[in-house]
Amino acid sequence: MTATAGKLRSEFRAPQAADVARRESGGYDVEKVRGDFPILREKIHGKPLVYLDNAATTQKPQIVIDRVARYYERENANIHRGVHLLAERATEEYEAARKTAQNFLNAARAEEVIFVRGATEAINLVAQTYGRTHVGAGDEVLITGMEHHSNIVPWQILCEEKRGTLRVAPINDRGELLLDEFEKLLGPRTKVVAVTHVSNALGTINPIRQMIEMAHARNIPVLVDGAQAAPHLKVDVQALDCDFYAFSGHKVYGPTGIGVLYGKSALLEAMPPYQGGGDMISSVTYEKTIYNKLPYKFEAGTPDIAGVIGLGAALEYVKNLGMEKIAAHEDTLLEYATRTISAITDIRLIGTAKEKAGVLSFVLGDIHAHDVGTILDQEGIAIRTGHHCSQPVMQRFGVPATARASFGLYNTREEVDALARGIRKVQEVFA
Amino acid sequence: MSDLRELYQDVILEHSKAPRNYGELAAANHKAEGFNPLCGDHFTVYLDLEGDTIRDIRFEGSGCAISKASASMMTQIVKGKTRAEAEELFGRFHELVTGHAPANGQADSRRPTELGKLAVFSGVSEFPVRVKCATLAWHTLNAALEGKQESVSTE
Repeated sequence: MTATAGKLRSEFRAPQAADVARRESGGYDVEKVRGDFPILREKIHGKPLVYLDNAATTQKPQIVIDRVARYYERENANIHRGVHLLAERATEEYEAARKTAQNFLNAARAEEVIFVRGATEAINLVAQTYGRTHVGAGDEVLITGMEHHSNIVPWQILCEEKRGTLRVAPINDRGELLLDEFEKLLGPRTKVVAVTHVSNALGTINPIRQMIEMAHARNIPVLVDGAQAAPHLKVDVQALDCDFYAFSGHKVYGPTGIGVLYGKSALLEAMPPYQGGGDMISSVTYEKTIYNKLPYKFEAGTPDIAGVIGLGAALEYVKNLGMEKIAAHEDTLLEYATRTISAITDIRLIGTAKEKAGVLSFVLGDIHAHDVGTILDQEGIAIRTGHHCSQPVMQRFGVPATARASFGLYNTREEVDALARGIRKVQEVFA
Repeated sequence: MSDLRELYQDVILEHSKAPRNYGELAAANHKAEGFNPLCGDHFTVYLDLEGDTIRDIRFEGSGCAISKASASMMTQIVKGKTRAEAEELFGRFHELVTGHAPANGQADSRRPTELGKLAVFSGVSEFPVRVKCATLAWHTLNAALEGKQESVSTE
């Protein structure tokens, strides 16, 4: 342990530390919140679980687990069909979750909320419907240099098919978008802008409101990948005026395999369907099929009903805690983690934007991220190591991989301290 | 910590910091690239094959301590060996790191190839997700021996 780091740690063990923490967190009771998550009582290699891999997926509160179980125990039936009572119950609960998601995003209308498997499917849906209709030979799709593969590859597939061009707005060494460069890349051939709200590899919060204004000034629609933003920031799609917004339920304390595509109704109305099948039709003959109205036009086949209902419970849960309080807690924690971890010798933070949420990505001297991850795991600390499905970001920073600690609403300063001790243990092993 | 020390033995750490036979081999007549797409590990193995014998071998690339040390020690042990001997060694090494080696470390008289120093990788068997790290260089060597032009992947 270095002298500097030791001093830093002892400062935060001072008697007034707890009071400061409470004041800074605005009355947010993290210990009570932790009690809602049964998995946090698990032991990993005999040690308490320190779960710092929230950007990969978040843990589920008991209320979500119970809600999914209750659906299967008391409400299971297929939706939008069948005259029996169970089918009615299931349909009501499914549609109630849509209203919850509408409120979560502050969407103008419930039918602007399309349930999909996750942010990845949401982006593919837009690329394959809106994209295939509007992007032609020589046209351009503009993304940024900090996208997850899921906001790169669907557009590459589209551009390859349509002989269009994928353009990438560059970022600086702190991992911030160069807004001027972004604006310059908005041209007459730009048909879609697809941009992440918060970077999964760097934690950068993009100035998406300004970006959307710039794009709209040229009549270009904007898709926002909100997979990393939805758990950390209050999202208001009407205030942002984005055309599409995608997020995954499992990163917002909900089940895996369910997510949301928000789209402005006028755009969704004009788009062709994504998949054909049951529920997305009004009438079918061999000559002609009339598609169903929104949102069902985009929900072919029996959906993940339990997942949707579980997601509804998760969004209610974060709403009841208060998105602003969650954000304040996480901001304070990220600031503390940045101070604590950057004080460790040989740490290089990857992603030091002024506006950040939830993510602390780093490299530790010459020690490969995988070795860091294995040794931390032995201490019960779960982090992500690797390229985080953002290989171009890794290339931009000249590293093959990073170690990434990412925070959620139940993480604590003590867990950050455990991470710091774990990193020093890694250094001891490799000393 | 004991499991960790089993995994990160001094010999492994030493080889990862100062890999042997590192860098391009100008006289190579076989070469292959290997990737572990999950973690971004990437190695190139160069071979100078004379008939069936590995006259010289070098490697370069980037990866974790386990993958780098494994590549380094592999180049040492297979240099001068025949293709068949190298393949036999890989089989034994694979059994070792996946925990399928013969019990009690007893030498199998029917199998003349000895793992020797490579026994330091036995700790990997306690860390299943790291088996791919330990075997990446060996898969790449196999590809180079078979003269495959395309790169190999652990996935």
